[in-house]
Amino acid sequence: MSVTSIPTSHQVQNPAHRRSGWLLAPAALWMGAFFFLPLLVVLAISFASRGTYGGVEWTFSLANYLNLVDPLYLKIFLRSLVLASLATVFCLLLGFPLAYHMARLPARWQWAWIVLIMIPFWTNFLVRTYAWMFILRTEGLMNQALLSMGLIDTPIEILYTEGAVLIGLVYGYLPFMVLPLYAALARLDYSVVEAAWDLYATAWARFWRVILPLAKPGVIAGCLLVFIPSLGAFITPDILGGGKTMMVGNLIQHEYLVVRDWPFGSAISFVLMGAVLLSAVLYLKMGRDGAEW
Amino acid sequence: MADNSVQIREVVKFHGATLAVDRLSLEIRRGEFFSILGPSGAGKTTVLRLLAGFEHPDRGDIWIEGQSMQGVPPNLRPVNLVFQSYALFPHLTVFGNIAFGLEMQRVFKAEIAARVQSALEMVKLTGKERRYPPHLSGGEQQRVALARALVNRPAVVLLDEPLGALDQQLRQEMQVELKTIQEQVGITFIYVTHHQEEALTMSDRLAVMDHGRLLQVGSPQDIYEAPASVFVADFIGVSNRLTGTIDRLDGAACTVTVPDLPPVRVRTPPHLRAGSQVTLLLRAERLELSQDGSRSERENAAPGRVLKSLYNGGDMEYRVRLTERHTWRVRVPNRGAGQKRFLPGEAVFVRWLADEGVVLPE
Amino acid sequence: MRKVQVMSDRRTWLLSASLANLVFLYLPIAVLMVFSFNDSRLSARWEGFTLQWYRALATDDTLMAAVHNSLLVAGISTVIATLLGVGAAVGLERIPPWGRRLVEGAVVLPLVVPEIMMGVALMLFFVLAQVPLSLTTVTIGHAALNLPVVAVIVRARLRKLDPKLEEAARDLGATAWQAFRRVTLPLLWPAILGAVLLSLTLSLDDFIVTFFTAGPGSTTLPLKVYSMVKTGVSPVINALSAVLVLISMVLIALSLALQRKAD
Repeated sequence: MSVTSIPTSHQVQNPAHRRSGWLLAPAALWMGAFFFLPLLVVLAISFASRGTYGGVEWTFSLANYLNLVDPLYLKIFLRSLVLASLATVFCLLLGFPLAYHMARLPARWQWAWIVLIMIPFWTNFLVRTYAWMFILRTEGLMNQALLSMGLIDTPIEILYTEGAVLIGLVYGYLPFMVLPLYAALARLDYSVVEAAWDLYATAWARFWRVILPLAKPGVIAGCLLVFIPSLGAFITPDILGGGKTMMVGNLIQHEYLVVRDWPFGSAISFVLMGAVLLSAVLYLKMGRDGAEW
Repeated sequence: MADNSVQIREVVKFHGATLAVDRLSLEIRRGEFFSILGPSGAGKTTVLRLLAGFEHPDRGDIWIEGQSMQGVPPNLRPVNLVFQSYALFPHLTVFGNIAFGLEMQRVFKAEIAARVQSALEMVKLTGKERRYPPHLSGGEQQRVALARALVNRPAVVLLDEPLGALDQQLRQEMQVELKTIQEQVGITFIYVTHHQEEALTMSDRLAVMDHGRLLQVGSPQDIYEAPASVFVADFIGVSNRLTGTIDRLDGAACTVTVPDLPPVRVRTPPHLRAGSQVTLLLRAERLELSQDGSRSERENAAPGRVLKSLYNGGDMEYRVRLTERHTWRVRVPNRGAGQKRFLPGEAVFVRWLADEGVVLPE
Repeated sequence: MRKVQVMSDRRTWLLSASLANLVFLYLPIAVLMVFSFNDSRLSARWEGFTLQWYRALATDDTLMAAVHNSLLVAGISTVIATLLGVGAAVGLERIPPWGRRLVEGAVVLPLVVPEIMMGVALMLFFVLAQVPLSLTTVTIGHAALNLPVVAVIVRARLRKLDPKLEEAARDLGATAWQAFRRVTLPLLWPAILGAVLLSLTLSLDDFIVTFFTAGPGSTTLPLKVYSMVKTGVSPVINALSAVLVLISMVLIALSLALQRKAD
């Protein structure tokens, strides 16, 4: 950390450099106007109340936040947390062997695998989600296959359930887990694993005591990259969950565009953002624990 | 058998199509400091990895402490490896690194603490047990790697060029220290290096390898004084090489005829007859320069002209041209003022004792 | 021998787990592509080969309009995001450390804030400012979405450059601008190109911010796909999906080729 900051800090001494600090200004203005200001607007509205015909009535109250403490909404928040956590765990379980396998391949093959992981990642998210709708629906491919194999007698209703949403989340965000995991594992000096082996460690001990701790930065980055978008997911639950399995993202959209209660929608948005930031801080703190090295 | 710690029997190992180890057989005695010396690509590291269990012989067999190692994984072998890169666990403290092997063997906590402490003392790292490896100097990391192996009291410690990353001065200090520690613990050390001086200084015995083959095994003195091949002689020390024919055998001494040079007297080599083609090796530091060309029965002298003189601090190296085909290197210890210095262009005699020549069959 | 067996068992296990991952990632896409040629409107059973869904796609005028809109939005927003983002990355190196830490924190926020939050915030902002929702508002939103991405990528590359390079150029008589133009900028090109490609892709794929900031008549491709999906399963979407997947594969091949050329 300190090493990388040294070469940049001396540039500040250079007056010609200092003058080019203005290059930052257009970006700052743009983000100020079209990101930070709108966020402040949402914050302000979350304390206002709904006008008679939609819109906003500027009265200060905490009512919107208090209204959230209702089993109906709490259930949606809880579902979002559970589904996002499960998606993260499944991505980790699926992605770790893959990332480890990739990292141990010869360099040429590593490239090929990275490209293979990247292709779905660069493919339209809606399309990928729709693919599962096509497969999971009652008269879809999965049921056809299971029926023809005689494994089931009547089609399974899996589309528009939490299971379908979970599949969609894992499918959508798996590359986000694999790539940082791979990056961390590729950096790992394999002779350290051999050293553990030489020092009487079984395969299990080598994994838990050496490989996993050294891959920790990648694990944390991957978990963050899966958990954050999963928690705020909208498309996946909207397409695969239908109306019955709403997540927070769907609730926000519902409040804004259907109920047109902007203040309440704003309050939910802020709680979601708080949850996301809190989880980011927690993950990063976990990463820093014992990271003296 | 009983006092052999390691036996390597006819081991063959291929890396793809290349032969990394070619029918290697070695017996390493218990408690011995044994070095494997050779240039890079000689197959030294492969031998260590075969002993540690990371690789498996394609043919042949390895025995450690009377047990065949066939099918025994690294974690069940009574050997510990000091890696070339040290391979310290960056996420564990010095204590955690050294205690790792003991924890894996489920040694009691109290015993671990005591044994780690004494290992730290041995490598002079007491007080640094809570540091993390990236915050240690190269020399300290090297000591942790050594302690991490020694603390388990294995039958054999394998060392893969452990001093390679250290600077010259630290390297020499560590050579002495390693040897001292080895004598103290009495564990068999198998030490791989491409550094000839290191191998000579520390080893009880050493093996010279090249291209997967064993060229010679013996004490440092055997290897230096009686190299079995031109390669061994060239790899260890600086030699001048001549080829000639054995002319006449008369008892303990004989004469070799070398084209363009005066007849060379050497000690009679065994198993050679008059008329045999031979290679004659002369160590650069066993030669002398003089303006006096007279010689006794047991001496040689050949006339030449100094081409170049190089000042090396401890010695002077002269390049002396004897004939069109022979330019020799001669090393003379630097004795300071009063010593005769030879200048380029000066006519000199190169002199040496008949006993110093090493005769190898062609 | 036993141990060798264990090793290869473990390797086989890893390989099969990895291949299972690939199957999981690719099977759904492959299924879509195969069934885009299926001669049946509803059935998931194979009824014969047809190109009729592709013909339907090619003659759908609203689809072509959506593609046009998407390309327009992606192009303009990428130009804005790239110019401002590169400026931010370069300018960031040249302000006092306390300011740098502040800006670095501010750049991270848009990257972690849920996209839906950004969508509703922009919508509220435009509505309250009485700016009618249109392609312009979508473009503004996309630029705000991509600007931090560009800045982070370019800055990462900038930090890896040796500051002595610019000093060497200055020592050889270059002005500050010349040193930047002739030394730093050429070294930044691969990162900038990568950022442009990513920005284009993110914009072309973006649904959520677009969904909230688009007005009537500003339907982009993802909005069109969404409305098709919401009206039910149809082989036309399969055909469209197949085309989109192929386009993204071509884009990846292109970006890899560019990267190899840059190296």
